[in-house]
Amino acid sequence: MGNPSCRPADYTGQDPSWCPGCGNFNILKALQNALAELQIPPHQALLCSGIGQAAKMPHYMRTNGFNGLHGRALPPAVGARVANINLKVIVTSGDGDTYGEGGNHFIHTIRRNPDLAHFVHNNQIYGLTKGQASPTSEQGMKTKVQPAGVMLPPFPPLSIALTMGAGFVARCFSGEVDHLKEVMKEAISFPGYALVDILQPCVTFNKLNTFAWYKNRVVQLKDHDPADRHEAARLARRWGDEIPIGILYREKNPRATFESQIRALQGEPLVYRPFDPGALQSLQDEFI
Amino acid sequence: MDINIVIGGAAGQGLETIAYLLSKSLVRMGYGVRTSRDYMSRVRGGHNFSRLRISADSPMAAAEQIDILVALNEETYDLHRDFLTANGRVIYDPDSFSLPESESRGTPVQLQALAQEAGGAIMSNTVATGAVLVLLGMDTAAAEKLLVEEFTGKEGVAESNIAALKAGYQAASKTCSACFELPAQNRKPASQIFLEGNEALGMAALASGCRFLSAYPMTPSTGIMDYLAGKQGAYDVVVEQAEDEIAAINMALGASYAGVRSMTSTSGGGFALMTEGLSLAGMTETPLVIILSMRPGPATGLPTRTEQGDLDFSLYGGHGEFARAVLSATSLEDAFYRLNKAFDLAEKYQIPVIFLSDQDFADTSRSLAPYDFARLRYDRHLLETWESRPRYQRYTFTENGLSPRAFPGQFPGETVLADSDEHDEDGHIIEDAETRKKMVNKRLARLELLAAEMDEPLHYGAHEPDLLLVGWGSTYGALREAVDILALKGNNVALLHFSDLWPFPAKTLTELLPRVHKSFCVENNATGQLAKLIKGQTGLSLDHHILKYDGRPFLPADIVREVKIHG
Repeated sequence: MGNPSCRPADYTGQDPSWCPGCGNFNILKALQNALAELQIPPHQALLCSGIGQAAKMPHYMRTNGFNGLHGRALPPAVGARVANINLKVIVTSGDGDTYGEGGNHFIHTIRRNPDLAHFVHNNQIYGLTKGQASPTSEQGMKTKVQPAGVMLPPFPPLSIALTMGAGFVARCFSGEVDHLKEVMKEAISFPGYALVDILQPCVTFNKLNTFAWYKNRVVQLKDHDPADRHEAARLARRWGDEIPIGILYREKNPRATFESQIRALQGEPLVYRPFDPGALQSLQDEFI
Repeated sequence: MDINIVIGGAAGQGLETIAYLLSKSLVRMGYGVRTSRDYMSRVRGGHNFSRLRISADSPMAAAEQIDILVALNEETYDLHRDFLTANGRVIYDPDSFSLPESESRGTPVQLQALAQEAGGAIMSNTVATGAVLVLLGMDTAAAEKLLVEEFTGKEGVAESNIAALKAGYQAASKTCSACFELPAQNRKPASQIFLEGNEALGMAALASGCRFLSAYPMTPSTGIMDYLAGKQGAYDVVVEQAEDEIAAINMALGASYAGVRSMTSTSGGGFALMTEGLSLAGMTETPLVIILSMRPGPATGLPTRTEQGDLDFSLYGGHGEFARAVLSATSLEDAFYRLNKAFDLAEKYQIPVIFLSDQDFADTSRSLAPYDFARLRYDRHLLETWESRPRYQRYTFTENGLSPRAFPGQFPGETVLADSDEHDEDGHIIEDAETRKKMVNKRLARLELLAAEMDEPLHYGAHEPDLLLVGWGSTYGALREAVDILALKGNNVALLHFSDLWPFPAKTLTELLPRVHKSFCVENNATGQLAKLIKGQTGLSLDHHILKYDGRPFLPADIVREVKIHG
């Protein structure tokens, strides 16, 4: 069996059904290029997603894919890592899926620290259900369901990730595709849980946070030491006229991953180990 | 003659240690022993008790009468005295409470004081164990050995416990020595195993090649998690305590999709959270075993007690229509192999399999002959080679609806896509009517093959009975003994007992039921869920329902009484 090739075109899946101009197109392109440049062949990558426009990524890519339930993108990804530590696991889903329906999994996966990259397509709106507030919508934003404006303050993913001890926390903008690709590569290569919150315009439903709105505000980080946790926490809170993008935090000495602390996961992936029930007869000795 | 012992007291008094020392000593000597637990959902106080039954062969049910009552507090005596036999004995601490003057069956033993002398009041339970041993006419050798095994590495602890044991033995011998005659020792010494339901299920999972358990602790299923967690490191198994049951089932599905045999375990409330994931297993055709260890609901119900209240839920839980199998734990002898069958069916048919247990099964220990691990099946039913065709498709249409299953990374260049949306053969989202219909048919077609795998109910007792008892799951032991008692009293009676429940194996019942005079459906629930299933699947009704829904398991006497009234 030859080595499968890793050109960007090798990761092409179905034709996307996103709206023209959707920020997801650039995220798709950045991910295909990132995998190609990292030389991770399609059969060794696994994309896990939940439900939403962003969660359709596994269909528009050619890699392994587990397009599961709304809010449940992370748990299958953790299970897949247990089964096969050789798989590069990437979770790609939206803001509603990750921060709303899947909030509990988000918090506890950071604590668990499995080796996976988590790309959240954050358009601050629900697209698939046509325009309701998401956990990251701006306070006061009016929608059909929130006619008087959103009452709740927005969910702060980066601050929460930092507080929970995530070793890699980044923010990107889909309009800066090369920058996004480079950050994705870093996230995929980081040993442990890596969050990239990707700002992305929803051209159909979010009339507030438009492409121009983001474009005029995002500023790539320069002269920032990503090992500086306090500075990262300060940057994570910055929102408004200027929104910093880039790697806010990358742990200098990454803490032990979930997988590395489990004895049974050292060595050959579980999925490839042989098994013979007959050899386990002695299990019952303790009951004699 | 059988001997029945009840050990009762408050949570935290060490009742289980007494039961364990006695049971294990007896089992090692070759007696048949059954030990069950009745406990409250609290860590301290309340009234808890263990029932211990000793027979020549392993007892399958508990009995109502009590020969030896170990009353660690007065409440235990008050609650159980009516069931004490005429020649029974009550072991109690006279410094703690007194028995009524009319009570002649007392064996006073200063449990606290003697324990204190031996080294600490905490060993009162060991003193009580010594007292029971002398009443049974046993020596203390086996129990001493167990204490040494238990406390290895803890300096002096085994020695002081042995002193406590002997002190209790001495003290009780003053009132009564060997006043009970033990049954025959039908087994050779050290030839039997003694374990509880949860341990048997945990061991069966491990020996079936289950390598991942993700679960959230919930009584009465937690013992399965405890067992497998203890095997990590020494065996290729990973146990992860998930943040909730939703994560638990989705993690297990992720691992199964990625090629590893996986399982989750829970009780009713956790299963409620899992139903979304159950449906995902159906849609994505991902094999999964779910042990549903039932307790009385609704909602939090009675957390530490037993009920067969979730049969309906296991059959119908989950949105949409998809294939599943439902099996149940009937006896320790059978459940070990049946859980192995659950793993096999899950992968052979790419479906979720729900395995029903309950508190009574989970927490009851019995002596039995060791299992034969060579009988366990291990076939992953995976695609073994890949060649020639243009690309691997996870959901290829086939005649029987089963698509060859590969896992991610198995074949270089090939990818595996699973999807919770309706999908095409590649696993890509579709909405067209024709593909949708074909996919539904594909997912349901396997039910026919699956039905052929279901075991008919076990037929116990008369071949052509007048009276027929019908049951399922953990009530097997009580029902079997009820049949024995009724037969001894001259009734022509039999039991049909279901282990496999869905797809419903209807053949034996359909043939037998119309020929009997009177039939009884015996269930540990309030609405007769098996009877409803039978009616729905066969159109046949049973004459009477014997239902128990007070959170307690059936005793054979409960069933015999009801049959006599309505038979």
